Amino acid sequence: MIPVLFGVSIVVFFLVRLIPGSALEMYMGTQVEATPQQMEELKRIFGEDKPVPVLYVEWLGRLVRGDFGYSLRTGRPVLPDILARFPLSLELTLFALFLALLLGIPQGIFASIKKNPVGDVINRIIGLLGLSLPQFWLASLMVLAFANSRGWIAMGNYVKFTVDPLKNLQMLFLPSLAIGVGLAAVIMRYTRNSMLEVLQMDYIRTAKAKGLKRRVVIFRHALKNAILPVITVAGFNTGYLLGGAIVIEEVFALPGMGRLALYAIYQRDYPVIQGIVLVIAALFVLVNLVTDLIYALVDPRIRLDEGRK
Amino acid sequence: MATNRLTRNGIAMTGLVIVAFYLAIIVVSLFWLPFDPVTMDTQHLLEAPSLATGHVFGTDEFGRDILSRIMKGCSVSLIISIFATALGAVFGTFMGIWAGYLGGRWDHWIMRVADVLFSFPSLLLAIFVMSILGEKTFNVVFAIGIVYIPQFARISRGAILTIKSNEFVRAARSNGASSSFILFRHLLPNILVPLIVQVSLSLSVAVLLESSLSFLGLGVQPPAPSWGNMLSGARKVMVIAPWTAIYPGFAIVLLVLGFNLLGDGLRDILDPRLRNVR
Repeated sequence: MIPVLFGVSIVVFFLVRLIPGSALEMYMGTQVEATPQQMEELKRIFGEDKPVPVLYVEWLGRLVRGDFGYSLRTGRPVLPDILARFPLSLELTLFALFLALLLGIPQGIFASIKKNPVGDVINRIIGLLGLSLPQFWLASLMVLAFANSRGWIAMGNYVKFTVDPLKNLQMLFLPSLAIGVGLAAVIMRYTRNSMLEVLQMDYIRTAKAKGLKRRVVIFRHALKNAILPVITVAGFNTGYLLGGAIVIEEVFALPGMGRLALYAIYQRDYPVIQGIVLVIAALFVLVNLVTDLIYALVDPRIRLDEGRK
Repeated sequence: MATNRLTRNGIAMTGLVIVAFYLAIIVVSLFWLPFDPVTMDTQHLLEAPSLATGHVFGTDEFGRDILSRIMKGCSVSLIISIFATALGAVFGTFMGIWAGYLGGRWDHWIMRVADVLFSFPSLLLAIFVMSILGEKTFNVVFAIGIVYIPQFARISRGAILTIKSNEFVRAARSNGASSSFILFRHLLPNILVPLIVQVSLSLSVAVLLESSLSFLGLGVQPPAPSWGNMLSGARKVMVIAPWTAIYPGFAIVLLVLGFNLLGDGLRDILDPRLRNVR
């Protein structure tokens, strides 16, 4: 995990360096002329007085201490601004994950036990349709449909969870649904395939032959094993939800991290963009690690140290 | 043999027909469009769909015909998606097959680079790259293509690993074949199946990514029509003119569905073992 994070920081740092014109030039664009001494001082402040590798190491050093630099527009430190927006994006992501599991797993189980040619095709098309819906379009249609229903669309009147949990969840329901539908389709397909595979196994036949109830066989015996690949898929797709949150926050005018990122991009505020990309990528790496850990926890056959080369 | 199985697979055929329909629209749009997709027409702002006026899908907030813009946007979206997928597929596959074939330290480092690219959510990476390169159409191709490099690298590496210890590879080597000859003449044709499936599914995601970028104002820039920026423009007026938001969205969903059906069906036809992937 650490080497990957290290690589991520290198990519982010050097990609930002590719931007034509330096941060200082952009800052100076709105300022009056500076004397040579003032320029030297500014160069030092903006960290442009040293070779690039040295700058990278210094930047990384500050990063580790929680100093993500300062916004070019507001002059405020970047990290506190990101962290202030972070809970909303996280809540959206988790809510979307929850909805995706809630919609995807039962539908997948249902599709696997009620197998018939027509139903299979319909299920498959529903699944593929879920994958094919652009999240932002779905979100726009939701805004259109619910524009007159009070409480469902925040539109600037966002209420924090800590202030009014019910109202907050109501406001985040539609955005989370818009983000989660694609993942729900993926989960549905995986659950179905995984269940079908497990249901063919000998121990299921044994369980049925013992005279166990169908419900017990499906939920206690089959699902327990079939759910494992589904957990992995859900975990690895959480990053995709984080990405989706960026667009959806914009459509629903929710003040999350994604919206901050977009405005930073529109205003060419690179320290902020850099900070958000780093935070999301780090989170993504962390989620993948947690997924691996959960996997090992759920399935006693898997030990993490055995998997290492 | 394979074509026969293709025609008998309803899912793949449906996908193919949908994709062919869009290709036909592109060809038609080169020669004929109902109206000029770019010129504004202040006489006909936000007209509802109607056969009488000829604006079958209505007009947008600048009086432009929505059907014409969807048709024109089709080539924009599809061409970007095709080039982006090609870019990712060529670079990713190249990286992956060399990593898998050479093994050892090369494999380790090439795959670490892929891991790093993989640790950015795809839309975030595309947005980030666009913000750095600036909003030009070519840059959209690059921003989406870069997302695909690690995916193709992983798939092709995995496929190479499973076949490189086969007899025919050793036979080729003992005949004095060079590494690149073995790789491109013997190994690459053998891993085409998973790659073709991945190309089809990647095209579907590319259409979604392109429209998302354009929707956010980071992709294709107006007045050039793209389905994403049409929907972006529609946001301001969709409450009074819902058709501005509905038809371009359908255009996206149908094309993406087409690629998904095609990819899913191809997977069944070409390689039943892969049915559980994704």
